[in-house]
Amino acid sequence: MYIFYLCLRYLRTRCIAFVSIICVLLGVATMIVVNSVMSGFTAEMQARIHGILGDIIIEGFSGDGFQDAEGVMQKIRSVLDNDIEAMTPLCATAGIMNYRSGGLWVTKEVIIVGIDENTKGSVGDFNEYLQHPENRKALDFSLREGGYDVDDHQAQTKRSPDDEPERPEMAQAGWEFRRDYYSIYGMGGASFESGVQPALEDDSFDATMEEGSSEMFRIPPAPEPYDSTPAAPAEEGVADPFGEPIHEFDPQKEQHPGGVVGISLVMDRSGSVSYFYLLPGQDFRLTFATVSRPDKAPQAVTAHFTCVDLYESKMSEYDSRFVFVPLKRLQELRGMADPYDARLNRVNQIQIKLKAGVNLDAAVEKLRESKVLDPARFMCRSWRENQIVLLQAVEVEIAILNILLFMIIAVSGFGILAIFFMIVAEKTRDIGVLKALGASSNGIMSIFLMYGLLLGVVGAGLGMLTGFVFVWNINEIAQWLSWMMGRKIFDPDIYYFYQVPYQICPWTVGWIVGGAVFIAILASILPAWRAASLQPVDSLKYE
Amino acid sequence: MSTMQVVNVHKHFVKGGHKIDVLRGVHLDVHKGEYLSIIGQSGSGKSTLLHAMGLLMTPSEGEIYFQESRIDNQPARTRDRLRNNEIAMIFQFYHLLPELTMLENVLMPTMIKQGALSYLAHRRENRERAKELLERVGLTHRLNHYPRELSGGEMQRTAIARALMNRPSILLADEPTGNLDREAEGEIITLLRQLNKTDNLTIVMVTHNPAIAQGADRMVQLSDGYLIDPTKNPSKNFVETV
Repeated sequence: MYIFYLCLRYLRTRCIAFVSIICVLLGVATMIVVNSVMSGFTAEMQARIHGILGDIIIEGFSGDGFQDAEGVMQKIRSVLDNDIEAMTPLCATAGIMNYRSGGLWVTKEVIIVGIDENTKGSVGDFNEYLQHPENRKALDFSLREGGYDVDDHQAQTKRSPDDEPERPEMAQAGWEFRRDYYSIYGMGGASFESGVQPALEDDSFDATMEEGSSEMFRIPPAPEPYDSTPAAPAEEGVADPFGEPIHEFDPQKEQHPGGVVGISLVMDRSGSVSYFYLLPGQDFRLTFATVSRPDKAPQAVTAHFTCVDLYESKMSEYDSRFVFVPLKRLQELRGMADPYDARLNRVNQIQIKLKAGVNLDAAVEKLRESKVLDPARFMCRSWRENQIVLLQAVEVEIAILNILLFMIIAVSGFGILAIFFMIVAEKTRDIGVLKALGASSNGIMSIFLMYGLLLGVVGAGLGMLTGFVFVWNINEIAQWLSWMMGRKIFDPDIYYFYQVPYQICPWTVGWIVGGAVFIAILASILPAWRAASLQPVDSLKYE
Repeated sequence: MSTMQVVNVHKHFVKGGHKIDVLRGVHLDVHKGEYLSIIGQSGSGKSTLLHAMGLLMTPSEGEIYFQESRIDNQPARTRDRLRNNEIAMIFQFYHLLPELTMLENVLMPTMIKQGALSYLAHRRENRERAKELLERVGLTHRLNHYPRELSGGEMQRTAIARALMNRPSILLADEPTGNLDREAEGEIITLLRQLNKTDNLTIVMVTHNPAIAQGADRMVQLSDGYLIDPTKNPSKNFVETV
């Protein structure tokens, strides 16, 4: 009985015990916060990657793609029929994006992905990242009349309707905007971007550009007609490989093939309000290379597209790189389409979504072992394997961080050790008294071990609570810190999450708390043993 | 009938490579219900003798008997139990636990004796007994005070109450009045005398103060590690026969 009694009493009356508790508390709280935020980031990132890639990715080794996507899908179905929920072919290539903003041409390096608008949404979360509610239900590469989101529909905090919209410009996006925009441009009137000199642009590149104006304010160029595909610079005289008769293109009534643009390619954020350089309804140009042919080296192709929606996965790497266009159009432009048999059109990738509950790795293994796809031509990987470098890098990062942070707890272990030796030294006389009253050495040892356990449990418990409270309010804390320090702690421009994501994993918390208690007990063993081995007389002799 | 016997006990310490003999063959027989005082100069080894009797240290040589059975060579468990139940001690510096109230200090031997469950089961009667003892030593109004709030005399009376908690057979008092003023000293001595009389408690008291020692039933003197009975032949080393 005296063991519990004295433990609790020492815990209550010794100020120094609080120092030990704080040591443990800080260590545990830090580890919980860091782990929760890191796993929140990882989970969020994995969800985005997974959402973009689907479950299994079949890629051709050749950059020029493989033919007969339908046939390949049939073969896959023959192996995994019952497990497959959806499949979609894709065509991807590196390219350059140009668009006009404020009278200036903006050039961006992009990855152009040709997608099948009917099936792409079914293999992943692609549609969820779009800005038009209808497109989220079913993607359509035709421009919508209007009705694009003026707020981030993925934001975790629901905004009240009275709040200022985050993206006020998005209210105008759509056909209406296109008509207004091109009525000004098309009529050759005052520049849409009043007061901005468009003089810097060199439109000689555009085949259909009306040349000859030497005025200070030149007439802005009319957007090129559909399918003008002004291939290479005119001086090289490269013929348009898909040349079709040019017809009059009226931008106020017609659109180019639709394109979904990564939001970071066209948006800047200042505070809570975002500004757009390109809105759905405006046109942009993509330049990319055709596939190689036996008789022809790849050559550059430029084509016009109309932005019909913006893509926001909140993975800045994707949002600032990807432009999605209709698969067919990209196949035609790149020379991947077979002129006689559409089934033989080339694609680069097939993404597969498995049914819920199907073991991903087993399915990949089954597909590989069946050898229905020639292993020399096709690469068959799960989304994890596809992004293994990034995922492993993050895992290693978390592991290292944990080791470093556990050292914090180890340090607090040494703190407890030192403090315990002090307590034992201070309590030498009382230990003697207890022994004189009949307490056994084991009992004395138990007092200090129990004391260590209590410090560990109380410290870890409070640390856990502190950690939870911190994590639950992490966004408020981040805001407050930003306000205190006058700079953004969590800059959405870098991370592309508006809020710090977190995920509390009970297992991790259990490990952290258990580890902390274990270290506290470990640190109290030596002082406890010393206390137990004291000779009662030695400790009683002196006052 | 003797309660405790000390037979030819030697104790030496080694300090700085020199062997110091503190006890050089002490024989002592403590009778049941006796109030015995051991007097001696400071450093004469009287505290050492008392600690050996209280099983707080093992003699280098010799034997100690309690109620006819040898106890100095018993395993630690047995000795712990004897200290807890049979042989109680009080000290010059009271040695109360500063974190505990008077009442809790008095309860401590019971807490050590009983496990948590047994203690909780007997909590009420334990507290009753502790209160009764504190009342007996005249400290009814001090139950929930901490040692630092009390005078030396009050602390020593609490220590006596604590010593009596488990109903010991023998009380060993190590200079119980060494730190007290005359008035408090008188109170403590009266209290000890009273306990000896009414409860028939065997008391062995070590002191350097002859005036206090005189008040005991019997007085022996410890000098240079030998025990002398000053009432018999002070000129010769007297060794009490067993």
